[in-house]
Amino acid sequence: MAKYALRLIVLAYLAVLLIVPVGLIGWRTFEDGFGAFADALTTHSALHAFKVTLIVAGWAVVLNTLFGVLAALLLVRHRFPGKRLLSALIDLPLAVSPVVVGLALILVYGTFTPVGGWLEGRGIQIIFSTPGMVLATVFVCLPLVVRAIVPVLEELGDEQEQAARTLGAGGWQTFRRITLPGIRAALGYGIVLSLARALGEYGAVAVVSGRTVDQTQTLTLFVEERFENFDVHASYAAALALAAIAVVSLLATRLLRPKDGT
Amino acid sequence: MTPKISLTGVGKTFPVRGGGEFTALSGIDLDVAEGEFLVVVGPSGCGKSTLLDLIGGLTRPTTGRIAIDGAEVTGPALDRAVVFQQYALFPWRTALRNVEFGLEAKGLRRRERAEIARDHLDLVGLSGFEDRYPHELSGGMKQRVAIARSLAYDPGVLLMDEPFAALDAQTRDSLQDELLGIWAKTGKTVVFITHGIDEAVYLGGRVAVLTSRPGRVKEVADIDLGSRDAREDVRSSPEFAAHRHRVWSLLKDEVQTAQRLTVPAPRKEAIHLG
Repeated sequence: MAKYALRLIVLAYLAVLLIVPVGLIGWRTFEDGFGAFADALTTHSALHAFKVTLIVAGWAVVLNTLFGVLAALLLVRHRFPGKRLLSALIDLPLAVSPVVVGLALILVYGTFTPVGGWLEGRGIQIIFSTPGMVLATVFVCLPLVVRAIVPVLEELGDEQEQAARTLGAGGWQTFRRITLPGIRAALGYGIVLSLARALGEYGAVAVVSGRTVDQTQTLTLFVEERFENFDVHASYAAALALAAIAVVSLLATRLLRPKDGT
Repeated sequence: MTPKISLTGVGKTFPVRGGGEFTALSGIDLDVAEGEFLVVVGPSGCGKSTLLDLIGGLTRPTTGRIAIDGAEVTGPALDRAVVFQQYALFPWRTALRNVEFGLEAKGLRRRERAEIARDHLDLVGLSGFEDRYPHELSGGMKQRVAIARSLAYDPGVLLMDEPFAALDAQTRDSLQDELLGIWAKTGKTVVFITHGIDEAVYLGGRVAVLTSRPGRVKEVADIDLGSRDAREDVRSSPEFAAHRHRVWSLLKDEVQTAQRLTVPAPRKEAIHLG
Protein backbone atom coordinates (compact mmCIF):
# COMPACT_ATOMS: atom_id res chain seq x y z
CA MET A 1 0.00 0.00 0.00
CA ALA A 2 2.74 2.42 1.02
CA LYS A 3 4.32 1.87 -2.39
CA TYR A 4 1.17 2.95 -4.21
CA ALA A 5 0.56 5.86 -1.88
CA LEU A 6 4.06 7.17 -2.62
CA ARG A 7 3.52 6.87 -6.36
CA LEU A 8 0.17 8.59 -6.10
CA ILE A 9 1.58 11.49 -4.10
CA VAL A 10 4.46 12.05 -6.52
CA LEU A 11 2.20 11.82 -9.57
CA ALA A 12 -0.41 14.13 -8.07
CA TYR A 13 2.31 16.62 -7.15
CA LEU A 14 3.70 16.57 -10.69
CA ALA A 15 0.21 16.81 -12.16
CA VAL A 16 -0.77 19.87 -10.14
CA LEU A 17 2.55 21.63 -10.69
CA LEU A 18 3.59 20.60 -14.17
CA ILE A 19 1.39 18.42 -16.28
CA VAL A 20 -1.96 20.22 -15.94
CA PRO A 21 -0.70 23.80 -16.42
CA VAL A 22 1.59 22.99 -19.36
CA GLY A 23 -1.00 20.67 -20.83
CA LEU A 24 -3.65 23.37 -20.62
CA ILE A 25 -1.41 25.80 -22.47
CA GLY A 26 -1.03 23.23 -25.21
CA TRP A 27 -4.75 22.56 -25.30
CA ARG A 28 -5.70 26.25 -25.38
CA THR A 29 -3.12 26.93 -28.08
CA PHE A 30 -4.56 24.39 -30.46
CA GLU A 31 -8.19 25.09 -29.53
CA ASP A 32 -8.72 26.97 -32.80
CA GLY A 33 -6.62 24.62 -34.87
CA PHE A 34 -3.03 24.63 -36.06
CA GLY A 35 -3.62 27.47 -38.52
CA ALA A 36 -4.45 29.91 -35.75
CA PHE A 37 -1.33 28.78 -33.86
CA ALA A 38 0.85 29.39 -36.91
CA ASP A 39 -0.75 32.77 -37.56
CA ALA A 40 -0.21 33.90 -33.99
CA LEU A 41 3.50 33.06 -34.21
CA THR A 42 4.14 34.61 -37.61
CA THR A 43 3.01 38.16 -36.88
CA HIS A 44 5.72 40.76 -37.28
CA SER A 45 6.02 41.31 -33.52
CA ALA A 46 6.21 37.59 -32.74
CA LEU A 47 8.90 36.94 -35.35
CA HIS A 48 10.89 39.93 -34.10
CA ALA A 49 10.61 38.66 -30.53
CA PHE A 50 11.92 35.28 -31.71
CA LYS A 51 14.87 36.99 -33.36
CA VAL A 52 15.71 39.07 -30.28
CA THR A 53 15.48 36.00 -28.03
CA LEU A 54 17.79 33.98 -30.29
CA ILE A 55 20.37 36.79 -30.50
CA VAL A 56 20.38 37.41 -26.76
CA ALA A 57 20.35 33.73 -25.77
CA GLY A 58 22.96 32.87 -28.42
CA TRP A 59 25.44 35.48 -27.21
CA ALA A 60 24.77 34.64 -23.58
CA VAL A 61 25.42 30.93 -24.16
CA VAL A 62 28.63 31.55 -26.12
CA LEU A 63 30.01 33.94 -23.50
CA ASN A 64 28.93 31.69 -20.64
CA THR A 65 30.53 28.62 -22.19
CA LEU A 66 33.89 30.34 -22.66
CA PHE A 67 33.87 31.89 -19.21
CA GLY A 68 32.44 28.77 -17.59
CA VAL A 69 35.20 26.49 -18.90
CA LEU A 70 37.94 28.94 -17.94
CA ALA A 71 36.49 29.54 -14.47
CA ALA A 72 36.04 25.80 -13.85
CA LEU A 73 39.66 25.08 -14.88
CA LEU A 74 40.83 27.89 -12.62
CA LEU A 75 38.80 26.61 -9.66
CA VAL A 76 39.82 22.96 -10.01
CA ARG A 77 43.34 22.98 -11.43
CA HIS A 78 44.89 25.96 -9.65
CA ARG A 79 45.46 27.15 -6.13
CA PHE A 80 45.37 30.85 -5.45
CA PRO A 81 44.36 33.19 -2.64
CA GLY A 82 40.66 34.06 -2.72
CA LYS A 83 39.66 30.85 -4.46
CA ARG A 84 36.80 30.10 -2.10
CA LEU A 85 35.53 33.65 -2.41
CA LEU A 86 35.51 33.30 -6.20
CA SER A 87 33.67 30.01 -5.92
CA ALA A 88 31.03 31.62 -3.72
CA LEU A 89 30.71 34.64 -6.03
CA ILE A 90 29.97 32.38 -8.98
CA ASP A 91 26.92 31.03 -7.14
CA LEU A 92 25.64 34.50 -6.32
CA PRO A 93 23.35 34.85 -9.37
CA LEU A 94 21.38 31.83 -8.11
CA ALA A 95 20.55 33.70 -4.92
CA VAL A 96 19.99 37.21 -6.23
CA SER A 97 16.60 38.01 -7.75
CA PRO A 98 16.86 38.73 -11.50
CA VAL A 99 15.03 42.02 -10.98
CA VAL A 100 17.82 43.13 -8.65
CA VAL A 101 20.34 42.13 -11.32
CA GLY A 102 18.53 44.33 -13.84
CA LEU A 103 18.47 47.30 -11.47
CA ALA A 104 22.15 46.83 -10.66
CA LEU A 105 23.03 46.88 -14.35
CA ILE A 106 21.07 50.09 -14.84
CA LEU A 107 22.94 51.64 -11.90
CA VAL A 108 26.24 50.88 -13.64
CA TYR A 109 25.44 51.29 -17.33
CA GLY A 110 22.43 53.65 -17.37
CA THR A 111 22.70 56.80 -19.49
CA PHE A 112 23.12 59.10 -16.50
CA THR A 113 25.91 57.13 -14.82
CA PRO A 114 29.64 57.76 -15.46
CA VAL A 115 30.22 54.43 -17.21
CA GLY A 116 27.00 54.53 -19.22
CA GLY A 117 27.54 58.18 -20.15
CA TRP A 118 31.10 57.51 -21.26
CA LEU A 119 29.98 54.58 -23.44
CA GLU A 120 27.06 56.57 -24.83
CA GLY A 121 29.48 59.34 -25.85
CA ARG A 122 31.16 56.68 -28.02
CA GLY A 123 27.89 55.55 -29.53
CA ILE A 124 27.53 52.40 -27.43
CA GLN A 125 24.19 51.96 -25.74
CA ILE A 126 23.98 49.22 -23.12
CA ILE A 127 20.71 49.73 -21.31
CA PHE A 128 17.48 49.51 -23.37
CA SER A 129 19.42 47.69 -26.06
CA THR A 130 20.85 44.27 -26.93
CA PRO A 131 24.19 44.51 -25.01
CA GLY A 132 22.33 45.17 -21.75
CA MET A 133 19.99 42.26 -22.34
CA VAL A 134 22.94 39.97 -23.09
CA LEU A 135 24.70 41.17 -19.92
CA ALA A 136 21.61 40.51 -17.82
CA THR A 137 21.17 37.05 -19.30
CA VAL A 138 24.86 36.15 -18.91
CA PHE A 139 24.64 37.19 -15.28
CA VAL A 140 21.70 34.96 -14.42
CA CYS A 141 23.20 31.98 -16.31
CA LEU A 142 26.69 32.46 -14.84
CA PRO A 143 26.86 29.44 -12.48
CA LEU A 144 25.28 26.87 -14.78
CA VAL A 145 28.26 25.89 -16.98
CA VAL A 146 30.79 26.21 -14.15
CA ARG A 147 28.78 24.05 -11.75
CA ALA A 148 28.18 21.41 -14.41
CA ILE A 149 31.91 21.03 -15.20
CA VAL A 150 33.60 21.43 -11.81
CA PRO A 151 32.63 18.04 -10.30
CA VAL A 152 33.61 16.23 -13.51
CA LEU A 153 37.00 17.94 -13.62
CA GLU A 154 37.58 17.01 -9.99
CA GLU A 155 36.58 13.43 -10.70
CA LEU A 156 38.83 13.16 -13.76
CA GLY A 157 41.90 14.34 -11.86
CA ASP A 158 44.94 15.61 -13.69
CA GLU A 159 46.74 12.34 -14.34
CA GLN A 160 45.59 12.07 -17.95
CA GLU A 161 46.56 15.69 -18.54
CA GLN A 162 50.00 15.05 -17.06
CA ALA A 163 50.37 11.95 -19.20
CA ALA A 164 49.51 13.99 -22.29
CA ARG A 165 52.14 16.56 -21.34
CA THR A 166 54.81 13.88 -21.00
CA LEU A 167 53.72 12.60 -24.42
CA GLY A 168 54.61 15.93 -26.00
CA ALA A 169 51.24 17.73 -26.02
CA GLY A 170 51.30 21.46 -25.26
CA GLY A 171 48.78 23.32 -23.12
CA TRP A 172 46.22 23.94 -25.85
CA GLN A 173 46.59 20.44 -27.31
CA THR A 174 46.16 18.91 -23.86
CA PHE A 175 42.99 20.92 -23.35
CA ARG A 176 41.52 20.15 -26.76
CA ARG A 177 42.42 16.47 -26.92
CA ILE A 178 42.32 15.38 -23.26
CA THR A 179 40.37 17.77 -21.05
CA LEU A 180 37.62 18.63 -23.52
CA PRO A 181 36.68 15.02 -24.42
CA GLY A 182 36.64 14.25 -20.69
CA ILE A 183 34.18 17.00 -19.84
CA ARG A 184 32.20 16.83 -23.09
CA ALA A 185 28.99 15.38 -21.64
CA ALA A 186 28.98 17.73 -18.62
CA LEU A 187 29.76 20.71 -20.82
CA GLY A 188 26.89 19.83 -23.13
CA TYR A 189 24.57 19.58 -20.17
CA GLY A 190 25.74 22.95 -18.82
CA ILE A 191 25.29 24.59 -22.20
CA VAL A 192 21.74 23.27 -22.56
CA LEU A 193 20.84 24.38 -19.05
CA SER A 194 22.22 27.85 -19.85
CA LEU A 195 20.30 27.91 -23.09
CA ALA A 196 17.06 26.94 -21.38
CA ARG A 197 17.63 29.53 -18.66
CA ALA A 198 18.58 32.22 -21.21
CA LEU A 199 15.48 31.57 -23.33
CA GLY A 200 13.22 31.73 -20.30
CA GLU A 201 14.81 34.71 -18.54
CA TYR A 202 12.23 37.37 -17.73
CA GLY A 203 12.95 39.57 -14.70
CA ALA A 204 16.41 40.93 -15.43
CA VAL A 205 15.72 41.36 -19.13
CA ALA A 206 12.40 43.07 -18.39
CA VAL A 207 14.21 45.72 -16.36
CA VAL A 208 17.13 46.45 -18.69
CA SER A 209 15.34 46.10 -22.04
CA GLY A 210 12.75 48.85 -21.67
CA ARG A 211 10.29 46.37 -23.26
CA THR A 212 9.97 48.24 -26.53
CA VAL A 213 7.73 46.22 -28.86
CA ASP A 214 9.50 45.27 -32.10
CA GLN A 215 12.83 46.45 -30.72
CA THR A 216 13.90 44.98 -27.39
CA GLN A 217 11.06 42.54 -26.84
CA THR A 218 12.13 38.96 -26.24
CA LEU A 219 9.77 36.02 -26.49
CA THR A 220 9.08 35.92 -22.73
CA LEU A 221 8.35 39.65 -22.74
CA PHE A 222 6.12 39.09 -25.78
CA VAL A 223 4.13 36.44 -23.89
CA GLU A 224 3.53 38.82 -21.00
CA GLU A 225 2.75 41.85 -23.16
CA ARG A 226 0.23 39.94 -25.34
CA PHE A 227 -1.41 38.54 -22.21
CA GLU A 228 -1.77 41.99 -20.67
CA ASN A 229 -3.38 43.20 -23.91
CA PHE A 230 -5.99 40.42 -23.87
CA ASP A 231 -4.43 38.73 -26.91
CA VAL A 232 -4.31 35.44 -25.00
CA HIS A 233 -3.99 33.39 -28.14
CA ALA A 234 -0.66 34.86 -29.22
CA SER A 235 0.43 34.61 -25.62
CA TYR A 236 -0.35 30.88 -25.38
CA ALA A 237 1.22 30.15 -28.74
CA ALA A 238 4.48 31.89 -27.84
CA ALA A 239 4.53 30.22 -24.43
CA LEU A 240 4.13 26.80 -26.03
CA ALA A 241 6.90 27.59 -28.51
CA LEU A 242 9.23 28.50 -25.62
CA ALA A 243 8.39 25.29 -23.81
CA ALA A 244 8.92 23.27 -26.99
CA ILE A 245 12.40 24.74 -27.56
CA ALA A 246 13.34 23.89 -23.98
CA VAL A 247 12.11 20.29 -24.32
CA VAL A 248 13.95 19.81 -27.64
CA SER A 249 17.22 21.09 -26.18
CA LEU A 250 16.90 18.80 -23.16
CA LEU A 251 16.29 15.84 -25.49
CA ALA A 252 19.33 16.90 -27.50
CA THR A 253 21.59 16.46 -24.46
CA ARG A 254 20.34 12.91 -24.08
CA LEU A 255 21.35 12.20 -27.65
CA LEU A 256 24.71 13.96 -27.29
CA ARG A 257 25.68 11.72 -24.38
CA PRO A 258 28.19 9.08 -25.53
CA LYS A 259 26.84 5.57 -25.53
CA ASP A 260 29.70 3.80 -23.75
CA GLY A 261 28.99 5.83 -20.64
CA THR A 262 32.41 7.46 -20.41
CA MET B 1 81.38 10.31 -19.93
CA THR B 2 78.36 12.40 -18.96
CA PRO B 3 75.68 10.39 -17.18
CA LYS B 4 72.30 10.03 -18.92
CA ILE B 5 70.49 11.60 -15.97
CA SER B 6 72.20 13.68 -13.34
CA LEU B 7 70.70 15.25 -10.25
CA THR B 8 72.81 17.73 -8.30
CA GLY B 9 71.66 19.04 -4.93
CA VAL B 10 68.01 18.69 -5.91
CA GLY B 11 65.45 19.78 -3.33
CA LYS B 12 61.74 20.43 -3.50
CA THR B 13 59.54 22.25 -1.02
CA PHE B 14 55.81 22.85 -1.25
CA PRO B 15 53.90 25.68 0.39
CA VAL B 16 51.46 24.36 2.96
CA ARG B 17 47.93 25.63 3.47
CA GLY B 18 47.99 28.23 6.22
CA GLY B 19 51.61 29.25 5.60
CA GLY B 20 54.88 27.44 6.10
CA GLU B 21 56.64 24.95 3.89
CA PHE B 22 56.84 21.23 3.48
CA THR B 23 60.19 19.81 2.38
CA ALA B 24 59.59 16.75 0.21
CA LEU B 25 63.13 16.25 -1.09
CA SER B 26 66.42 17.68 0.01
CA GLY B 27 69.97 17.55 -1.31
CA ILE B 28 69.53 14.69 -3.78
CA ASP B 29 72.71 13.81 -5.69
CA LEU B 30 72.22 10.96 -8.11
CA ASP B 31 73.69 9.96 -11.47
CA VAL B 32 72.11 7.39 -13.75
CA ALA B 33 74.24 5.92 -16.52
CA GLU B 34 72.97 5.35 -20.05
CA GLY B 35 71.10 2.06 -20.31
CA GLU B 36 70.99 1.55 -16.55
CA PHE B 37 68.02 0.15 -14.61
CA LEU B 38 67.83 2.17 -11.39
CA VAL B 39 65.19 1.46 -8.78
CA VAL B 40 64.29 4.03 -6.11
CA VAL B 41 62.75 2.69 -2.90
CA GLY B 42 61.64 4.58 0.15
CA PRO B 43 58.96 4.63 2.84
CA SER B 44 55.60 6.01 1.76
CA GLY B 45 55.46 9.78 1.65
CA CYS B 46 59.24 10.19 1.27
CA GLY B 47 58.94 12.05 -2.02
CA LYS B 48 59.66 9.18 -4.44
CA SER B 49 56.95 10.27 -6.83
CA THR B 50 58.00 13.89 -6.52
CA LEU B 51 61.49 12.81 -7.60
CA LEU B 52 60.03 11.20 -10.71
CA ASP B 53 57.84 14.23 -11.47
CA LEU B 54 60.98 16.36 -11.26
CA ILE B 55 62.94 14.20 -13.71
CA GLY B 56 59.87 14.05 -15.95
CA GLY B 57 59.71 17.84 -15.96
CA LEU B 58 56.17 17.92 -14.58
CA THR B 59 57.35 20.10 -11.73
CA ARG B 60 60.44 22.25 -11.15
CA PRO B 61 62.97 21.73 -8.35
CA THR B 62 63.20 24.38 -5.65
CA THR B 63 66.96 23.95 -5.45
CA GLY B 64 69.59 22.13 -7.48
CA ARG B 65 69.77 21.03 -11.07
CA ILE B 66 68.46 18.11 -13.10
CA ALA B 67 70.03 17.33 -16.45
CA ILE B 68 69.43 14.79 -19.20
CA ASP B 69 72.51 14.24 -21.38
CA GLY B 70 73.97 17.34 -19.74
CA ALA B 71 71.03 19.60 -20.74
CA GLU B 72 68.91 21.04 -17.95
CA VAL B 73 65.33 19.78 -17.64
CA THR B 74 62.85 22.65 -18.03
CA GLY B 75 59.65 20.73 -18.81
CA PRO B 76 58.27 17.50 -20.21
CA ALA B 77 59.85 16.44 -23.50
CA LEU B 78 59.86 13.48 -25.82
CA ASP B 79 63.32 12.33 -24.65
CA ARG B 80 61.61 11.00 -21.48
CA ALA B 81 58.50 8.91 -20.95
CA VAL B 82 56.49 8.51 -17.76
CA VAL B 83 54.48 5.41 -16.83
CA PHE B 84 51.94 6.17 -14.11
CA GLN B 85 50.61 3.88 -11.40
CA GLN B 86 47.00 4.42 -12.48
CA TYR B 87 47.88 3.95 -16.18
CA ALA B 88 46.47 7.38 -17.20
CA LEU B 89 45.15 5.96 -20.47
CA PHE B 90 42.71 8.05 -22.50
CA PRO B 91 39.37 6.22 -22.11
CA TRP B 92 37.81 7.41 -25.37
CA ARG B 93 40.72 6.12 -27.47
CA THR B 94 41.38 2.53 -28.46
CA ALA B 95 44.59 0.81 -27.36
CA LEU B 96 46.15 1.56 -30.73
CA ARG B 97 45.12 5.21 -30.67
CA ASN B 98 46.42 5.54 -27.11
CA VAL B 99 49.82 4.31 -28.24
CA GLU B 100 49.68 6.69 -31.20
CA PHE B 101 49.18 9.78 -29.00
CA GLY B 102 52.86 10.62 -28.53
CA LEU B 103 53.53 9.97 -32.22
CA GLU B 104 50.84 12.48 -33.16
CA ALA B 105 52.62 15.14 -31.15
CA LYS B 106 55.79 14.19 -33.00
CA GLY B 107 54.00 14.89 -36.28
CA LEU B 108 54.19 11.47 -37.92
CA ARG B 109 51.82 10.48 -40.71
CA ARG B 110 48.84 8.26 -39.98
CA ARG B 111 50.12 5.09 -41.62
CA GLU B 112 53.53 5.41 -40.00
CA ARG B 113 51.90 6.02 -36.61
CA ALA B 114 49.67 2.97 -36.86
CA GLU B 115 52.61 0.80 -37.89
CA ILE B 116 54.83 1.90 -35.00
CA ALA B 117 51.94 1.61 -32.53
CA ARG B 118 51.19 -1.93 -33.73
CA ASP B 119 54.84 -2.93 -33.31
CA HIS B 120 54.87 -1.66 -29.75
CA LEU B 121 51.60 -3.34 -28.80
CA ASP B 122 53.23 -6.49 -30.16
CA LEU B 123 56.30 -5.81 -28.01
CA VAL B 124 54.18 -5.80 -24.84
CA GLY B 125 52.28 -8.89 -25.97
CA LEU B 126 49.00 -7.22 -26.93
CA SER B 127 48.70 -8.08 -30.62
CA GLY B 128 45.04 -8.47 -31.46
CA PHE B 129 43.91 -5.95 -28.82
CA GLU B 130 44.45 -2.86 -30.99
CA ASP B 131 40.77 -1.91 -31.16
CA ARG B 132 39.88 -2.48 -27.51
CA TYR B 133 39.03 0.48 -25.33
CA PRO B 134 40.75 0.78 -21.92
CA HIS B 135 37.60 -0.22 -20.03
CA GLU B 136 37.62 -3.51 -21.95
CA LEU B 137 41.12 -4.38 -20.71
CA SER B 138 42.35 -5.84 -17.41
CA GLY B 139 44.66 -3.83 -15.15
CA GLY B 140 47.75 -5.66 -16.39
CA MET B 141 46.76 -5.09 -20.01
CA LYS B 142 46.11 -1.41 -19.36
CA GLN B 143 49.60 -1.03 -17.93
CA ARG B 144 51.02 -2.84 -20.96
CA VAL B 145 49.25 -0.34 -23.22
CA ALA B 146 50.67 2.50 -21.12
CA ILE B 147 54.18 1.04 -21.43
CA ALA B 148 53.74 0.63 -25.18
CA ARG B 149 52.52 4.24 -25.38
CA SER B 150 55.60 5.43 -23.52
CA LEU B 151 58.04 3.41 -25.64
CA ALA B 152 56.41 4.14 -29.00
CA TYR B 153 58.00 7.54 -29.58
CA ASP B 154 61.39 6.10 -28.67
CA PRO B 155 62.43 8.13 -25.62
CA GLY B 156 65.88 7.50 -24.18
CA VAL B 157 64.59 7.48 -20.62
CA LEU B 158 61.67 5.54 -19.16
CA LEU B 159 60.36 6.85 -15.81
CA MET B 160 58.05 4.45 -13.98
CA ASP B 161 56.04 5.52 -10.93
CA GLU B 162 55.04 2.36 -9.02
CA PRO B 163 53.63 0.99 -12.27
CA PHE B 164 52.76 -2.46 -10.93
CA ALA B 165 51.49 -1.43 -7.48
CA ALA B 166 47.82 -1.73 -8.42
CA LEU B 167 48.17 -5.20 -9.98
CA ASP B 168 47.73 -8.65 -8.46
CA ALA B 169 50.85 -10.63 -7.54
CA GLN B 170 50.89 -13.00 -10.53
CA THR B 171 50.35 -10.24 -13.09
CA ARG B 172 53.04 -8.21 -11.35
CA ASP B 173 55.57 -11.04 -11.54
CA SER B 174 54.99 -11.64 -15.22
CA LEU B 175 55.07 -7.93 -16.05
CA GLN B 176 58.35 -7.58 -14.15
CA ASP B 177 59.88 -10.29 -16.33
CA GLU B 178 58.47 -8.69 -19.46
CA LEU B 179 59.78 -5.30 -18.44
CA LEU B 180 63.27 -6.75 -17.98
CA GLY B 181 62.94 -8.36 -21.42
CA ILE B 182 61.88 -5.06 -23.00
CA TRP B 183 64.68 -3.26 -21.21
CA ALA B 184 67.25 -5.76 -22.50
CA LYS B 185 65.82 -5.46 -26.03
CA THR B 186 65.54 -1.66 -26.20
CA GLY B 187 68.44 -0.54 -24.00
CA LYS B 188 66.46 2.29 -22.40
CA THR B 189 67.60 4.05 -19.27
CA VAL B 190 64.96 3.17 -16.66
CA VAL B 191 64.19 4.89 -13.37
CA PHE B 192 61.68 2.75 -11.50
CA ILE B 193 59.93 3.87 -8.30
CA THR B 194 58.53 1.29 -5.89
CA HIS B 195 57.90 0.68 -2.22
CA GLY B 196 58.36 -3.06 -2.63
CA ILE B 197 61.76 -4.42 -1.61
CA ASP B 198 61.40 -7.65 -3.60
CA GLU B 199 60.44 -5.74 -6.69
CA ALA B 200 63.37 -3.36 -6.23
CA VAL B 201 65.93 -6.12 -5.82
CA TYR B 202 64.51 -8.23 -8.64
CA LEU B 203 64.44 -5.41 -11.20
CA GLY B 204 67.25 -3.09 -10.27
CA GLY B 205 70.86 -3.00 -11.36
CA ARG B 206 71.21 -0.48 -8.54
CA VAL B 207 68.74 0.35 -5.80
CA ALA B 208 68.68 3.85 -4.31
CA VAL B 209 67.18 3.93 -0.82
CA LEU B 210 65.56 7.21 0.21
CA THR B 211 65.19 8.43 3.78
CA SER B 212 61.83 9.47 5.18
CA ARG B 213 60.85 13.14 5.21
CA PRO B 214 62.60 14.96 3.82
CA GLY B 215 63.68 12.45 1.18
CA ARG B 216 67.44 12.12 0.76
CA VAL B 217 69.51 9.37 -0.82
CA LYS B 218 70.56 7.20 2.09
CA GLU B 219 72.57 4.74 0.07
CA VAL B 220 72.76 3.29 -3.41
CA ALA B 221 73.09 -0.50 -3.30
CA ASP B 222 74.56 -2.44 -6.22
CA ILE B 223 72.54 -5.53 -7.03
CA ASP B 224 74.53 -8.28 -8.68
CA LEU B 225 72.25 -11.15 -9.60
CA GLY B 226 73.37 -11.77 -13.17
CA SER B 227 70.70 -12.03 -15.83
CA ARG B 228 67.21 -12.73 -14.55
CA ASP B 229 65.95 -15.73 -16.38
CA ALA B 230 62.23 -16.30 -16.08
CA ARG B 231 62.84 -20.06 -16.09
CA GLU B 232 64.88 -19.93 -12.92
CA ASP B 233 63.51 -18.95 -9.55
CA VAL B 234 65.91 -16.06 -8.90
CA ARG B 235 63.76 -14.85 -6.03
CA SER B 236 64.55 -18.00 -4.00
CA SER B 237 68.33 -17.85 -4.44
CA PRO B 238 70.54 -17.03 -1.43
CA GLU B 239 72.08 -14.10 -3.35
CA PHE B 240 68.62 -12.59 -3.76
CA ALA B 241 67.94 -13.08 -0.06
CA ALA B 242 71.22 -11.37 0.85
CA HIS B 243 70.49 -8.34 -1.35
CA ARG B 244 66.96 -8.25 -0.09
CA HIS B 245 68.13 -8.24 3.51
CA ARG B 246 70.57 -5.42 2.81
CA VAL B 247 67.90 -3.16 1.29
CA TRP B 248 65.47 -4.16 4.03
CA SER B 249 67.96 -3.13 6.74
CA LEU B 250 68.53 0.20 5.04
CA LEU B 251 64.80 0.81 4.85
CA LYS B 252 63.75 -0.44 8.27
CA ASP B 253 64.68 2.64 10.30
CA GLU B 254 63.21 4.93 7.68
CA VAL B 255 59.85 3.20 7.67
CA GLN B 256 59.70 3.49 11.44
CA THR B 257 60.55 7.19 11.27
CA ALA B 258 57.93 7.69 8.58
CA GLN B 259 55.28 6.05 10.71
CA ARG B 260 56.00 8.41 13.58
CA LEU B 261 55.44 11.40 11.33
CA THR B 262 51.72 11.49 10.87
CA VAL B 263 51.23 14.78 9.03
CA PRO B 264 50.13 13.77 5.54
CA ALA B 265 52.19 15.08 2.66
CA PRO B 266 50.18 17.50 0.48
CA ARG B 267 51.81 16.05 -2.61
CA LYS B 268 48.93 15.63 -5.04
CA GLU B 269 47.50 19.08 -4.49
CA ALA B 270 50.82 20.81 -4.39
CA ILE B 271 51.79 19.56 -7.81
CA HIS B 272 49.27 21.78 -9.50
CA LEU B 273 51.43 24.71 -8.58
CA GLY B 274 54.21 23.49 -10.84
